Amino acid sequence: MNSSVDALATKMKWRQIWQNWLDGLFGTPLNTLITVFVVALLFWTVPSLFRWLFLNATWTGSAKDCALNTGACWAFIGAKLRFILFALYPPELDWRPSLVICLLALLLVITGTPKFWSRHLVYLWIGTVVLIWMLMAGTLVGPRVPTGRWGGLALTLLISVVGFACAFPLAVLLALARRSKMGGLRTLSILFIEIVRGVPMIAILYVAMLLVPMMLPLGFSPEALIRAQIGLTLFVAAYLAEVVRAGLQSVPHGQAEAASALGFGYWRIVRLIILPQALRAVIPALVNLAIGIVLNSTLVAVIGIFDLLNAAKNAANDPIWLGFYDESYIFVGLIYFTLCYSASRYSLWLEARLRASK
Amino acid sequence: MRIENRRHHTWRTKIAAGVITVATLLSGAAHAGPTLDKIKERGTIKVGVGTSPGFFAPDSNGKWQGFFVEFGRALAITVFNDPDKVEFTSSSPQQRLPALQSGEFDILLSGVTQTVTRAFKLGFHFGPTIFYDGQGLLVNKSLGVTKGSELDGATIGVQSGTTGELNIADFFRKTGHKFTPVTIEDSNEFLKALESGRVDALTQDASDLALRRTLLAKPDDYVLLPERLSKEPLAPAIAAGDDRWLEIVNWTVYATIQAEEFGITKENVDTFLNSEDPAISRFLGTDPSLGQAIGLDPKFAYNIVKTLGNYGEIFDRTIGKGSPVGFERGYNQPWTQGGLLYSPPFR
Repeated sequence: MNSSVDALATKMKWRQIWQNWLDGLFGTPLNTLITVFVVALLFWTVPSLFRWLFLNATWTGSAKDCALNTGACWAFIGAKLRFILFALYPPELDWRPSLVICLLALLLVITGTPKFWSRHLVYLWIGTVVLIWMLMAGTLVGPRVPTGRWGGLALTLLISVVGFACAFPLAVLLALARRSKMGGLRTLSILFIEIVRGVPMIAILYVAMLLVPMMLPLGFSPEALIRAQIGLTLFVAAYLAEVVRAGLQSVPHGQAEAASALGFGYWRIVRLIILPQALRAVIPALVNLAIGIVLNSTLVAVIGIFDLLNAAKNAANDPIWLGFYDESYIFVGLIYFTLCYSASRYSLWLEARLRASK
Repeated sequence: MRIENRRHHTWRTKIAAGVITVATLLSGAAHAGPTLDKIKERGTIKVGVGTSPGFFAPDSNGKWQGFFVEFGRALAITVFNDPDKVEFTSSSPQQRLPALQSGEFDILLSGVTQTVTRAFKLGFHFGPTIFYDGQGLLVNKSLGVTKGSELDGATIGVQSGTTGELNIADFFRKTGHKFTPVTIEDSNEFLKALESGRVDALTQDASDLALRRTLLAKPDDYVLLPERLSKEPLAPAIAAGDDRWLEIVNWTVYATIQAEEFGITKENVDTFLNSEDPAISRFLGTDPSLGQAIGLDPKFAYNIVKTLGNYGEIFDRTIGKGSPVGFERGYNQPWTQGGLLYSPPFR
């Protein structure tokens, strides 16, 4: 008996879904028109795209083999994979940026797992950031590599993660200062945040690139990548400060007052009571900002740094593999998409989890 | 100006222009010591390059290759007798001149056109022209046009905000014909406009058009007219204030040109070491008196040719017939063969 009722219910459910689709696609004349139009558009574009991407594509060989085919040249990606991932880094030391990518991935996975959330994470971050920087520079082992030769995926991940890590303490201080009762401190914080947020990132990079060396005495100017990294960090800090401030506002005043009545000092209240709750409240916004940083980091290309996107563009500038820009951009587009899509899925998962734990 | 000077206009240019204005105001304090002292102290030469296939592009191993890059290596040979003591940094058109002013680079080998404004207003010195370029026209063959003046009433694609835009307008004003300009911002869009028939012709630096022609689906349907609408001499640029550095740049370039004029190549250079011709033995440093007198390694020209080859070899290997780019030499041949390359005597 039961099973036939179940079967009926399932059947009804499917019928309902089918009906919803029909209504959505053909419910009104306008819907029908839109459906026909979209199907025609797909019919017109998808097969030729499919042919270009797969059927007529060249998977191995040289640029000459690719020229004989009408499809995409994936052999190009094979030949240029190293360059896109590590760019100008000396090829004999490729293990270093590879290890950096792995370490960063591990750091992000650990950070993303709620089980590991504790103050030890702070030490882990400081340790990892210092370690990867020294690894890339060759401070610990082997020949030193100037920052001018860092590049590719390793560089994109590095400047994004280091930017976020360095901006974080700054952002917390800025957010606290903006809510502080000390007028001078508050004004300074508001000034910094609003000025940086009112200026496009590219202008900050130009300042870091062109003005900073002129303002410092000759020979004291740090390398271009470090200047760009500082610019990026300051930019991120301003946005991050606003996110953190939103978190601070979500913690009821009464808690700080109660802690104060119990004899807690300001910093202990912030550290033990306010920040843990405030940050937890804004995790989705933090992930969102992190995605923004990864995408924004592509702007360093305009000051001549070989990040992932710039490496992809330059890969197709090699006279031997000239002009495979479409393949190159599609490939790095996929990498960016993977990074950002997994971050956004993670954010959704985490939101659901945090809601459940409340 | 080459294409390198021309991309990224509109708002980016405005932002950069703002920063550059401030940068120029501050630049007075920037050059304290001569460039050459800094180079010697640092142990490497910092060279600003662009990103254009054949002229400057990293290979699959991330090593910079290209026509202008080779001259950077030649400089490293003159100064350090080591072609690798040079750091290349790619630099966008907006930031390269201020970056040179601020001492970020010791020299720009990014295809800068030598102009009077850049000399007097911006305070740059230029070395010898190492590539003579000019604005050209890439035309659909089906039009049957052989000269720019036959393009009356044509639709012509130009990149927005470029000197190319002004040059083509000047050209048509001069010939008294009419044309419709189509300004295109994006460099990929530029080629597509020609292929789709939206424009009859494209105008841009000839070297750039020649390169882009090879990227068309059917390159043989299009022709680059031999006529040049403008002069674009691309020369090494350095900040004013270090005469000795300028002379090193000058004579490094001249060494490659003089070697070609003598017929000395990478392969046969050693056979010239026993040459009876005093001009050649001075040039190659077998007679060291010249080098001692000018305070350079007497063998610097020999080392350059032995390592990189003469001007013609560098040209062929990077952008000439021996490379996928395949440019004609055009004006870029020794004066003895009808070109514009002319080295003053090594004596």
